[in-house]
Amino acid sequence: MTFGQDTGGAGRRPLLTVRDLKVQVATEAGAKTVLDGLSFDLVPGETLALAGESGSGKSMTALAIMGLLPKPMARVAGGSIRLGDVDLTALDEHGYRRIRSARIAMIFQEPMTSLNPLMTVQSQLVEVLLEHGVCGRADAPKRALGLLRDVRLTEPERRLKQYPHELSGGMRQRVMIAIALACDPEILIADEPTTALDVTVQAEILELIRALQSRNGTAVLMITHDMGVVAEMADRVIVLRQGRQEEAAPVTELFAAPQTEYARTLLAAVPRLGTAPARPAGDERRKIVEVDDLSVRFDITGGLLGRAIARVHAVEGVSFHIRERETLALVGESGCGKSTIGKALLGLVPWQGSVRVNGVQTQGRSRTMMRPVLRDIQMVFQDPGASLDARMTVGEQVVEPMRVHGLARGSELDDRAEWLFRRVGLSPDMLSRYPHEFSGGQRQRVCIARALSLSPKVIVADESVSALDVSVQAQVLDLLQELQEEDGLSYLFISHDMAVIEQVADRVMVMRLGQVMEEGPRDAVMLNSQHLYTKRLLTAVPVPDPARRRPPLPDTTGIEEASPIFPVGRGPARISLREVAGGHRVAGAPDKPSRMGAA
Amino acid sequence: MSVASGPAAVPRVSRPRAVLGELVRRPRAAFGLVVIALMVFAAVFAPWIMPHDPFEQSFEGLSLMGGPLPPGGDYLLGSDLLGRDLASRLILGTRTSLIIGVVANGIAVLLGAGVGITAGYFGGWIAAILMRFTDLMMAFPALLLAIVLAAIFQPSLMIVALVIAMVNWVQMSRVIYTETRSLAEREFIQVQRAIGSGPLRILGRHLLPHLLSSIIVFGTLGISTTVLLEATLSYLGVGVQPPMPSWGNIIFENQTYFSTAPWLVFFPGLLIVLLALAFNLVGDALRDILDPTLKGRH
Repeated sequence: MTFGQDTGGAGRRPLLTVRDLKVQVATEAGAKTVLDGLSFDLVPGETLALAGESGSGKSMTALAIMGLLPKPMARVAGGSIRLGDVDLTALDEHGYRRIRSARIAMIFQEPMTSLNPLMTVQSQLVEVLLEHGVCGRADAPKRALGLLRDVRLTEPERRLKQYPHELSGGMRQRVMIAIALACDPEILIADEPTTALDVTVQAEILELIRALQSRNGTAVLMITHDMGVVAEMADRVIVLRQGRQEEAAPVTELFAAPQTEYARTLLAAVPRLGTAPARPAGDERRKIVEVDDLSVRFDITGGLLGRAIARVHAVEGVSFHIRERETLALVGESGCGKSTIGKALLGLVPWQGSVRVNGVQTQGRSRTMMRPVLRDIQMVFQDPGASLDARMTVGEQVVEPMRVHGLARGSELDDRAEWLFRRVGLSPDMLSRYPHEFSGGQRQRVCIARALSLSPKVIVADESVSALDVSVQAQVLDLLQELQEEDGLSYLFISHDMAVIEQVADRVMVMRLGQVMEEGPRDAVMLNSQHLYTKRLLTAVPVPDPARRRPPLPDTTGIEEASPIFPVGRGPARISLREVAGGHRVAGAPDKPSRMGAA
Repeated sequence: MSVASGPAAVPRVSRPRAVLGELVRRPRAAFGLVVIALMVFAAVFAPWIMPHDPFEQSFEGLSLMGGPLPPGGDYLLGSDLLGRDLASRLILGTRTSLIIGVVANGIAVLLGAGVGITAGYFGGWIAAILMRFTDLMMAFPALLLAIVLAAIFQPSLMIVALVIAMVNWVQMSRVIYTETRSLAEREFIQVQRAIGSGPLRILGRHLLPHLLSSIIVFGTLGISTTVLLEATLSYLGVGVQPPMPSWGNIIFENQTYFSTAPWLVFFPGLLIVLLALAFNLVGDALRDILDPTLKGRH
């Protein structure tokens, strides 16, 4: 690796030159170098992607450029960042203020936390415009409206008067982009701009960034962990690992022939649609979970007496089954009710309908009555860091379910903990450690071990690999697969990620607004999808291959924005499914709007 | 809190001892422990270590002008307006103040934390009843409530302690309630429900350890407020009855002579600060020791 070698943009004068950048973070054990010897150029109009897993230093790079490193813990320890003729590392806070937004703008991962919840969209836009003297006070509202039009926000006049909480995640990110572009910056830094968004929204936002870039000639520094996004957006890529540059190459070269071992493994771990191995059919196996007409509704209370004024129909009349050794995948965008179904199966939310687990009806059971059922069905949550108790050793937590159910005591528990740890590929030496001493992937293994400790027949995996790096994600998926083969487990695999679902599922159920849109064997749903919504979800997945451009999203007519909130006594129109082939069922036109009484 | 853990708490047997060892090794916590130990010693052995009779109003204890004596000489810390030995009164007063600061505050902490956790975890009508009751208690002026309660019962040290506890648990329960509510939404508590753990286990093994730092902070803050509240009550005649000394009522008896005899206010004030500081230092250290993510830091 030669530092300072530009890998593209021949001939053009770079806007931003980073040379030998070194960032250190203070820890108890002394200064730790989190970014070491990073060099690159950014030329006008290009998109450079900084790709890497967590801890690779990609966000540190963005913060260093923006002068936003958390002081006094982190500091630039060496190297230079030059924007044209200005050396950014030498600037003080005052000097930086004229650079940020005006010349380099940034959009962050979480649009909700980046916007001020107490200010309207208009005042937030106007603030930036006035701060940098882009226009006068009189012109500002007009400019703000123009900016919202540029980011293709629907009903821009109305949006100006709204507050961030009134907007959806995608709209908020559009507002963030509008704010970032308000002063027409030369460089846009996008730090995981679509990670918190649904795939279809992600596709739209990426499309928007591309369009604005080609119109304004902005240089984009794209920071992402998602190789699909890299392939779709980047001209050049720098792969980072633990603060060091592993590989820098034009995007096509990187994907076609990665030079380093790390880049190769990273790319190999990325799940790709249409590459999953076939799975054996098991139609005749016993049904272990049978769900009939499941509905979950949450009351929205209000008024003096706290009476229900409206109801969220989170899940509405859903029926399905899971057979032994089978994986049923539940897929859908945020708010579609997929996680709620998982929770209902374990009795964690109040629900109506019928749920049978291993032949036992669980309707109307109190929490104490649910306990025997819970021995058959367990859950693994999304965030392994949050689902472990930070104050308890993992060893104690892994066997806690057995203690709760009185299945073992004393030294038996220790033996069982060791066995479970080996089972999920962890060393028993680690049993006396606390959760913070583990990596994300290891923590998820601990959670899986805990779920296994009751020897359940079904595991509900709620976005269980979504928070993990791709290479770790692949390992955890392999573990789940292996456990299924050896112990005959069934999974309800809840995920928003189509590519992951294709890897693990026998059957797929697509949900939207609490109802099933399409359901059937994996290949039927993924390769021969019938419903427009499924097609849209599938097309929106970024393809980790720069040579293959993703086709434009199918038209949205027929799947308008809708809300699952209804006044008390009303409900959504029930959608009935029609069978198109063996086991493959698709939503037809909705039935007449139901007028059910209070449930 | 091993309510629901059954006999399987094997690795925890040596835990209190390990925690104590860890405390002693930290200089600040060790200082706090020494101060607390000295005060307990003074309270228990007061009759033997008092240099004078704390109730005796002697002529030797007064200056020629009839004013109190400054520190030094026979009266180590000086004497008060009635010629009583301040040092002896402070030593005897340790009993009252420790009992108020530890017992009254302890009851307030237990009650407040208990109500807060219960309401926060169970929610619904349980929370509605408990928290409305808390609001009601909060709406009463604390002092008025204490006076009324103390007037109903015959004033004695234990009654005063109970009255103070009744007044002081409210803030704690509010804070703990809010914190429990946000903790109960966290995923690791949901996991416990998914496992099928009972409420006792969830509250004791999982929620309580996470609430400990708030409880400790509020508990140690409460020590100085309760000691002072006792003083106020004594001043109003519904607290500890004279001539029985407490740090608080020594301050209140003598506050008007602050400019002429400052030691009468200074020394008891210093002791209250020391008591609160000692518990604070121990509390802080305890919080750090019990948090595994802070292991190895001082």
